Amino acid sequence: MSKNNQFVKFDKVDKSYDGKILVVKDLNLDIAEGEFITMLGPSGSGKTTCLMMLAGFETPTNGEIYLDNNKISNIPPHKRGIGMVFQNYALFPHMTVYENLAFPLKVRKIPKDEADKKIDKALSMVSLQGFEARMPMQLSGGQQQRVAVARSLVFDPKVVLMDEPLGALDKNLRESMQYEIKHIHESIGVTVVYVTHDQSEALTMSNRIAVFNEGKVQQLSNPDKLYEEPVNSFVAEFIGENNTFRGEIIDASKTQCKVKLDSGADILANPIVVKNKGEKTTVSLRPERAIINPPEKMDNNHKGKIEEVIYHGDHTRLRVDLLGNKEFILKVPNSSARMDIKTGNEISIGWNSLDCRALDPK
Amino acid sequence: MSIEKQKILTTDGIPLELSLKKAEKKNKIKAFLLVCPLLLFLIITYIFPIGDMLYRSVDDRMVTDMLPKTYKAMEQWDGKDLPEEEVFEAFYLDYKKLVEEKTFGKLATQLNFEKNGFKSILKKLKRKMKNFEEGNYKEQIMSVHKRWANVEYWRALKRRAPSYTYYKYLKGVDMYENEEGKIVQVPEDRRIHKILWLRTLEVALFVTLFCFLMAYPIAHLLATLPMKYSNLLMICVLLPFWTSLLVRTASWMILLQQQGIVNDFFVMIGLVADDNRPEMMYNKTGTYVAMTQILLPFMVLPLYSVMKTISPSLMRAGKSLGGTPFISFWKVYFPLTVPGIGAGCLLVFILAIGYYITPALVGGASGTLISNQIAYHMKSTLDWSFASAMGLMLLTGVLAIYWVYNKLVGIDNIKLG
Repeated sequence: MSKNNQFVKFDKVDKSYDGKILVVKDLNLDIAEGEFITMLGPSGSGKTTCLMMLAGFETPTNGEIYLDNNKISNIPPHKRGIGMVFQNYALFPHMTVYENLAFPLKVRKIPKDEADKKIDKALSMVSLQGFEARMPMQLSGGQQQRVAVARSLVFDPKVVLMDEPLGALDKNLRESMQYEIKHIHESIGVTVVYVTHDQSEALTMSNRIAVFNEGKVQQLSNPDKLYEEPVNSFVAEFIGENNTFRGEIIDASKTQCKVKLDSGADILANPIVVKNKGEKTTVSLRPERAIINPPEKMDNNHKGKIEEVIYHGDHTRLRVDLLGNKEFILKVPNSSARMDIKTGNEISIGWNSLDCRALDPK
Repeated sequence: MSIEKQKILTTDGIPLELSLKKAEKKNKIKAFLLVCPLLLFLIITYIFPIGDMLYRSVDDRMVTDMLPKTYKAMEQWDGKDLPEEEVFEAFYLDYKKLVEEKTFGKLATQLNFEKNGFKSILKKLKRKMKNFEEGNYKEQIMSVHKRWANVEYWRALKRRAPSYTYYKYLKGVDMYENEEGKIVQVPEDRRIHKILWLRTLEVALFVTLFCFLMAYPIAHLLATLPMKYSNLLMICVLLPFWTSLLVRTASWMILLQQQGIVNDFFVMIGLVADDNRPEMMYNKTGTYVAMTQILLPFMVLPLYSVMKTISPSLMRAGKSLGGTPFISFWKVYFPLTVPGIGAGCLLVFILAIGYYITPALVGGASGTLISNQIAYHMKSTLDWSFASAMGLMLLTGVLAIYWVYNKLVGIDNIKLG
């Protein structure tokens, strides 16, 4: 069976709650079968609304959503066959773990012996066998989360939606659950649409990430491309750490441009969005791409003053006053060859113009 | 194998437990002093009156104390035939004393509760007694009125001999101890209390049911509407709550009377003929309508407070897992509201079963409840011990319902907010 690349399809979807503001604007998004796609964005960016439209709890104001080539706008949620994991788990507090998992099977009138097998399989998937008789209140947050995941998968849905499912967990648990969900996805191959505002979660888990802002998909690509090659300043700012310079292009070729910063200095950058002379731009540079005491061949080489040194164990972060940007962050790996990093010291910092992306001015 | 635990000592060598007790003692005393006023208040206004009520309902010393000689003489009497001369003599002496002290009226009232017609023969006896000669009191008393020669009146008198009696409780359920000392029901046409008890129970049950049916959707709306609408709705629910009970009941009288607004409206839309306006007041209908409206907030509020805590994502989860809206409601939402339903129903039922003012005003003859009967005996017949007995029966009934509820649902499951 060939994979359907348009298993879920948002076609020109608009959504407005009050008839004045569009929460989702002209959304076009194709999700392939078996894909793990993450909708990432700040709160209020429309990502949860998209999920709710897919689940059937909201209706699109305009446009259509297709699931496996069928229009689903007029299908009520309970007939869509989409599994969902909610932010606060939404386990039924008056039912045991077994009853929670049996609920979707019971309403589908699946015979008990078959249902028992499915429940057992789902629970073993999240390694919670033996917990059937427990009440959700008797479980820890992580265990509740696993039950919620198992429940959303137990009836073999075509798509599983997850709405910030790990938001309530502590950091360690969150990380281990990330891997677990990822492994479950890999082993059963279900299509997952995952919503989060945590970018590291998105980067770790997804095949592709759709970055949302102000109701629009800003960039849709796989995690490494998203991080390495953000297409606009919002994505660059939102994903990972980012150093920015504002300025104006004074000279531009196809692969390189010269930007005059507001502080007066010139830097060389890679023109991505802005290409013409005289345009305003925001230049974005990842902290790990800048190095101290750069070799001669680097085409950007500037002097800066260390404002603050923050020890992070495996690396040290420096806040440097560089070319008028007092918030310039630099990561120095913690190697035995420690350099003389002290607050107030002057250091030279360099980077390749290719890593330094001239984006829209914002 | 048991290992003896070593006692942990503080740095001063005092056992830790002792030291902890000492440290907490002060706080305990403080806490006790803080609740003291309330405790005192409860004892004075609640426990003491109920105790007094209980005592009053069984206390029967009044008659016993008024007729000491008579009852002493009656000890020998078997109650089959008319008593001997000595009983009559003792009764004459006791009654003479009461007449002199001008307290015979009380006796007349009390004995009349026991047997109708006692009052008049006692009054007649008082008038004729002045002319009594010494000796042969039996003849003289019997000649005053023929009822004095009726053994039943003497039996009635003897029944009041013990200092304590459960007679009032029997009367409360339309029963009495007959001449043979057997507990039997009163004749069918005189069983008024049974009708009242059953009607009270029926009204309380139906009012609870109506309140539940109306309050559930309201509470759900309150819990799910956006803040600005739900606040307005909440005020609508609470506004009657803040209005005087009398005003509300009086408004229902204006609305429901035969020439009232509701009837006018029915006539206007042609639902009923002008000369055939239905009676909606001074009967059970009026009681139902007014009580449901008045008790509605007591159902809405507990339901609301429970529904407010139910996450809307639970219903969504139910639907996304394939449950139809009805199944999701019935299997997920409804069970979670049971604590609120329990609290609301218990609250409304208990309030309704003892409701007084509304049935008194709009109930008429067929809509009055047991509480009205209690009030009647408190104010009109002045049979306080009977009123106490019925009050206690009502209280016991309520406690029994509470107990049953606790057994069935569990009182821990109640949520009032």
